[in-house]
Amino acid sequence: MLTELFAILFYVATAILVIGVALRVVVYWRTPAPLKIPTMPAPRTQTGMVYRMAREVVLFESLFKSNKWIWIFGWMFHMALFLVFARHFRYFQESAWFWVNIVQPFGKYAGFAMIAGLGGLWARRFIVERIRYISTPSDHLMLLLLLGITVSGMAMTQYFHTDIVALKEFMLGVISFDLSHEMPTDPILVIHLSLVILLMVIFPISKLMHAPGIFFSPTRNQIDDSREKRHVAPWAAEMEK
Amino acid sequence: MARVEIQAPELTEYVEIPVLQEGSMAHSSPFVAKPDHQEVLNFPGELVEDWHDQAIAKMEDLKKTSRSFSLFLDICVHCGSCTDKCHYFLGTADPKNMPVARQELLRSVYRRYFTFAGKFFPNLVGARDLTREILDEWHSYFHQCSECRRCSVFCPYGIDTAEITMAARDILDAVGYGQKYDNEILGKVLKIGNNLGLPGPALKATLEDLEEDLEDETGLPIRMPLDEKGADVLLITPSADFFAEPHIDGLMGYAKVFHQAGISWTMSSYASEGANFGMFIGNYATMKKVAERIRTAALDLGVKRIIVGECGHAWRVAYSFWNTLTGTGHGAAADDKYAQMLQKQLDPRYPAPQHIVEFTYDLMQRGVLNIDKSANDHRTVSFHDSCNVARGSGMGNIERGQFILPREVIKGVVNNYVEMDGSTMYEETLCCGGGGGLLTDDLMELRVKGAMPRMNALKKVFDEEGVDTLAAICAICKSQFSKVLPYYDMPMHMITSVHQLVGDALVFENND
Repeated sequence: MLTELFAILFYVATAILVIGVALRVVVYWRTPAPLKIPTMPAPRTQTGMVYRMAREVVLFESLFKSNKWIWIFGWMFHMALFLVFARHFRYFQESAWFWVNIVQPFGKYAGFAMIAGLGGLWARRFIVERIRYISTPSDHLMLLLLLGITVSGMAMTQYFHTDIVALKEFMLGVISFDLSHEMPTDPILVIHLSLVILLMVIFPISKLMHAPGIFFSPTRNQIDDSREKRHVAPWAAEMEK
Repeated sequence: MARVEIQAPELTEYVEIPVLQEGSMAHSSPFVAKPDHQEVLNFPGELVEDWHDQAIAKMEDLKKTSRSFSLFLDICVHCGSCTDKCHYFLGTADPKNMPVARQELLRSVYRRYFTFAGKFFPNLVGARDLTREILDEWHSYFHQCSECRRCSVFCPYGIDTAEITMAARDILDAVGYGQKYDNEILGKVLKIGNNLGLPGPALKATLEDLEEDLEDETGLPIRMPLDEKGADVLLITPSADFFAEPHIDGLMGYAKVFHQAGISWTMSSYASEGANFGMFIGNYATMKKVAERIRTAALDLGVKRIIVGECGHAWRVAYSFWNTLTGTGHGAAADDKYAQMLQKQLDPRYPAPQHIVEFTYDLMQRGVLNIDKSANDHRTVSFHDSCNVARGSGMGNIERGQFILPREVIKGVVNNYVEMDGSTMYEETLCCGGGGGLLTDDLMELRVKGAMPRMNALKKVFDEEGVDTLAAICAICKSQFSKVLPYYDMPMHMITSVHQLVGDALVFENND
């Protein structure tokens, strides 16, 4: 029963996540940026722009320039999330890739960094007056959700071990549309997976879209070449005819 | 209206992040455009009856035509990085002047009508129905943003509040609720050719007076040519250069540089304005129309180069947008007839458009100018990076050229140069407080308070390093500083055009 329910939920959530994000991204892709608006000084070459974007995505450069506290909590959370996410690959692979094995021990302890990062970001929403002012209920709930996922996952890694072999068989089964392997029924696992499914579902309709969105941000992905190259949106070109 | 004494905020060792004072600037709202200001720009004369539906329709339109509109409204995570970056927030303590909170005024409405979460869970994500009160709030707070883009430097996603402010003003114009100052001025430039409404003959007379002044000063027939076909260079400069102090001395500085370089140049009575307030109101069609006048003048006069005078937002529009708007630049496709018409006339050896600072810098590099730096020895100079130049444009075809070239030009003509605190300069420069269409007396309180962070950094070098001259390359900065400096116990005359410094240092042999 639980096996079928979660299998179906995973299918639905995956479909919502993939299609939902794809639809948003297609809109961003297709909607023109009518004017050249890179935040200057901007790179003058394509390579320079890729480098700028990489610094932004990997190091959170602008945030670093702005506020060391937000940067330290935010960067710590995101990098740890990345490690933990990478570590989870092994539950979806018959035999894990080389780098997935390497990342295991790091991923295991990165959970603590995630909690610290999320905790710091959440504390700021209460302590710092300016950030308290701009926080909406959904901002708090999003942090609660991420903390819930992290804490339930950490609890399983550290204390309440689930039957990880059975879980892996279940997951591999879900991927290959074979529901003959039962999902373990420990409440903490059920909570962990439910929260992950919730996160997948709300991803495309929430501020989590910042992740794909940044790549489309004209202030960061445009090149400083406006005098050398003419840039015209299709609808604007119509005005010249 | 009763005259209220404006209390300038106190200057401190460092600018402190203020404790929030909700609603402290809620009363600040500029005059509403009158029907004739609106109609010239093809906007409804007054607030339309179905403003609600029209505003939502305009948002729908913006969503389709501009990526930054929906992208920037979608992806903000409320991290708070921008909250202490706006000079208006720092100067007024009104939380709605924090960039994210300003965006939120529009974002909340966008969410309600265009997103799943806002349609079904409005309270959860802070979504709001569009009401008449919200329109008033927009008119107030989207005219407390100078579109200076400082916040965008610090946003981890590059969200640019200027884009949101422009969109909001575009929506307000579309429902007939525009701002008087901007729209009235746009009417003048479209009808007469400049923001002042100075007609051709009056401009001619003004320039002739200036030629006399130049001759008195140098003994040379330094010219201020107008509408001269066949000149090499068309100079497009903000009309403030024709009459306002200290701008006018900058204009005379350009003339001296042209004279000494022996390059033929002209101004145009048809396009006697560098400013383009179309950018301030975020309206592409209007901005294009204003820029068209310059293209037309360049074609009519047959010039080979276009040089832009000292004006911050004009330079952003010229550098970043002219090529897009009117093909005034280089590199158009071979089948792009519209742009090619002008581009094949322009000399490919020079950037188009070119900034007057780039022009002068180039001449200095080549040793064409005869300079005596000691002419400026009575001054200790500092330079203010204007927001639109710093964060909206470039110079010299090198990254960071917009910071390097003006400084090199200044240091090339003065001996005593002092830099203000680095965290208030370069791409982190603080707006003068009067940019983005706010340089109007009905927003004086905002202008004085918004200038505080810049004044703070200036006061430090004024007191400690004896800075008595503040050079700038923006007409709005110059006017704004003249007005607000006295509020902070500094003399209004310390603000100077960069090309006044250049002009003062030029040595004309025949004069001896």
